[in-house]
Amino acid sequence: MKRRESLKLLSAATALTAFPFVNVRAQSGPIKVGVLHSLSGTMAISETVLKDIALMTFDEINAAGGVLGRRLEPVVVDPASNWPLFAERARQLLTQDKVAVVFGCWTSVSRKSVLPVFEELNGLLFYPVQYEGEEMSPNVFYTGAAPNQQAIPAVEYLMSEDGGAAKRFVLLGTDYVYPRTTNKILRAFLKSKGIPEADIMEEYTPFGHSDYQSIIARIKRFASAGKKTCVISTINGDSNVPFYRELGNQGLKATDVPVMAFSVGEEELRGVDTRPLVGHLAAWNYFMSIKSPANDAFTKKWADYAKAKNIPGHRDRPLTNDPMEATYIGIHMWKQAVEKAKSTEVDKVRVAMRGQTFKAPSGFDIKMDEKNHHLHKPVFIGEVRADGQFNVVWKTKGPIRAQPWSPFIEGNDKKPDTPQKSA
Amino acid sequence: MMRWWLGLRRLGARMAVLVCGYWLAANAHALTLPEALALASGDTATRLQTLEALVARDDARAAALIRALAQEAVWVRDDAQVLIEQDGQVRDAVSGEPASLDGASPATINNRLRAALQRALAALDLFDADPHRVTQAALRLRDALLRNPDAALAPVLEQALTVQRTQPLLPRAQTALRQAQAVLWLGSDDPTQRRAAAETLAGWSDSAVRAALAARLEDEADPAVAQALRVALTSVERALLRAQVAGQLFTGLSLGSILLLAALGLAITYGLMGVINMAHGELIMVGAYATYVVQGVFRQHLPQWFDWYLLAALPVAFVTAAGVGALMERGVIRWLYGRPLETLLATWGLSLILMQAVRSVFGAQNVAVEAPQWLSGGLTVLGNLVLPWNRIAIIAFAALVLAAVALIVHRTRLGLFVRGVTQNRPIAACMGVNTARVDTYAFALGSGVAGLAGVALSQVGNVGPDLGQGYIVDSFMVVVLGGVGQLAGTVYAALGLGLVNKFIEGWAGAVLAKIAVLVLIIVVIQKRPQGLFALRGRVA
Repeated sequence: MKRRESLKLLSAATALTAFPFVNVRAQSGPIKVGVLHSLSGTMAISETVLKDIALMTFDEINAAGGVLGRRLEPVVVDPASNWPLFAERARQLLTQDKVAVVFGCWTSVSRKSVLPVFEELNGLLFYPVQYEGEEMSPNVFYTGAAPNQQAIPAVEYLMSEDGGAAKRFVLLGTDYVYPRTTNKILRAFLKSKGIPEADIMEEYTPFGHSDYQSIIARIKRFASAGKKTCVISTINGDSNVPFYRELGNQGLKATDVPVMAFSVGEEELRGVDTRPLVGHLAAWNYFMSIKSPANDAFTKKWADYAKAKNIPGHRDRPLTNDPMEATYIGIHMWKQAVEKAKSTEVDKVRVAMRGQTFKAPSGFDIKMDEKNHHLHKPVFIGEVRADGQFNVVWKTKGPIRAQPWSPFIEGNDKKPDTPQKSA
Repeated sequence: MMRWWLGLRRLGARMAVLVCGYWLAANAHALTLPEALALASGDTATRLQTLEALVARDDARAAALIRALAQEAVWVRDDAQVLIEQDGQVRDAVSGEPASLDGASPATINNRLRAALQRALAALDLFDADPHRVTQAALRLRDALLRNPDAALAPVLEQALTVQRTQPLLPRAQTALRQAQAVLWLGSDDPTQRRAAAETLAGWSDSAVRAALAARLEDEADPAVAQALRVALTSVERALLRAQVAGQLFTGLSLGSILLLAALGLAITYGLMGVINMAHGELIMVGAYATYVVQGVFRQHLPQWFDWYLLAALPVAFVTAAGVGALMERGVIRWLYGRPLETLLATWGLSLILMQAVRSVFGAQNVAVEAPQWLSGGLTVLGNLVLPWNRIAIIAFAALVLAAVALIVHRTRLGLFVRGVTQNRPIAACMGVNTARVDTYAFALGSGVAGLAGVALSQVGNVGPDLGQGYIVDSFMVVVLGGVGQLAGTVYAALGLGLVNKFIEGWAGAVLAKIAVLVLIIVVIQKRPQGLFALRGRVA
């Protein structure tokens, strides 16, 4: 009896004294951070480089002493452009690998697939890609553009004199939530500007579609009704390569029918002969061709990293684009928030993220909004050059605040300006 | 819209003055630095104004600057010097002296400037000595006027038609200039001119012509002119319909030829041999990657022959895919003859192995296969229809491959043995045919044809480890629909599916077209399970 009692007391004491040791070990070991991007499948063309820039940023932070004195340890998974697999991998990262934060997703369908997982397990996701808005989760920080920071200014430019004074619009996209919602917003916007229904043509293709002959023929026909026509493309993934190739082969010039793309940047144009595409447009919050000291440093860092790590394509021809810049900003802001909160706990970091600022490669001081989990971002419109880079032909004077609940969708005026869990 | 016209009218008037000045050899003042800077930089409105002013002068330096800016070969150094690239040499735009590019940044243009520059150049080139350049300029100016008619350019066109030239106008240039004139005459006050315009414009199948004629018909008061317009409109609409139908036929044929190439190999292995090969798509992928490797070799070691790498890729892809197919047959499939479900599973496993092998060697992302120069661009027929060269080449290639396969199957000993072994294996063995070897050769042939399909697909789609997954279902659909046992069924099924798919896509969109085609096949197979063109009698 006595022995049992003393044994129990001894083990309890040991457990109690060991407990803080366990905690201290967790507080001083490396911080695990997750990277959730498609490394194969139709979206790999866009997402693989985001994984690489994330790893580069982690290396940069580790070389400068880490976060709270602790090293960042990346955990990279490949959800292979498979939307249900995104949710599985997200759950794996949060429950098995116990990462403090996840940087990932590109397509809105992948984000919508992982959202319930992050809200259930109270994880933290940084989403670096332009999207359709209509979402504001407390577990996500959106470092990409909302429609009022990309789509609306782009269409306003197309309707201006410099943009060609377009009167007829072709809304062409891949068939999933982002293009459908964006086109809904754009239709309402165009209607508010007095464009009749007959002057809008909407067209969708499945993921991975590669035969754009008949669509381009229809665009040509639609464009010959006597009014200036433009195409607004929300095509995502490697379908862009055959689309632009077909545009070039069929001789549809930017001076006749300009194509403004929202998901095509320097990386997507890599495999395309851009000489017949000169003058076609893209709208982003960053272009590699922007002249600023911050951008020079950023592109040089990336070029050196790509060469050192032998990254295919980038080791010979390094390219940076908007989602890469957004990933870079997001990771640095998270680091700053963790250091401000002195903890990696999601609830504390969430509060500390409010109002964070960072000197971005776009040349502006980017701020995370106090309330709505979105960045204030500048808008740039670029025309394709023969060498695959973009000429900036229009830009905002400074960063503009995001409006994730677009005023062009009914009922959005009643939505709160702070994040709510989605059902 | 009115503002746009007015701006262009002023530009046209300036161009008219230029033309007269050009030929009266007026003594105009030369390009100055502030003017060059105003054209090369600043806001678009000022640059357009400067362009108008410069176009009105007879100044070789101004013309050279305009030409260089249109080709985006202009640089500005510290707001003090403007440099252009002319005939491969960098010069100062104002003085013409050779200069260097150090410290100079490129002058950029946007679409609005680009369009204005191209119009200005077209008007200048109308009086060039080279007749081909004149033709190109005439066509460009005609199309630009069709979209934005500007009556001030009428004297320029008249001058271009009547001026004395060292080399006479090509007939194409003459037609283009008369059509451009007709576009402008549509808005003239003289009814005879309007009538002549209607007659000239008839038969020019461009949708913008239809729009212009229809718009004119709405406001037309003179009955004779209205009648001429109506006649012209009907003929233009008929020409447009012809072009549209031709276009749809071509796209259907193009898709059909791609389906045919993909399914032909399967027609041999499944149709003739009865082997369900789920790795068929991966054999196509192997052919596409073989093309990528050959492209890399040519780029590294034979850059001057780069444009012909495709021709070298054909035998390489055939042999590689045939080799992989022979290995598959010898290693796995020969043990499973007569057991279709096991073959299906085993070949599906082989497809996964092949995909992962390619991912491990080449990476999981797509690889870039560049189209050679002679396959870029398109052929313009029937006025406005552009047929891309790469698709024309694929149609021709599919026909060649079909002919070759038909020849092999029906005219050679190997083909005879394959048909014999397929129809009655025991008797063929009794006759002394080495059935095992014939099986391997036949499977290798089918796989090799799949490799050739991969070469073709590398030119129109993306090349990645998942390339085969997109074509396996389509290939089986074609073979099953066409009927097993013979090649003719495959041909009809492939072409038919391509045409039907593109026809439905024409009015219902790509997603619905795919669904509709699948439903169609289900219905046909329900009614006729053996396919459209099945062999009558016993099939082994």
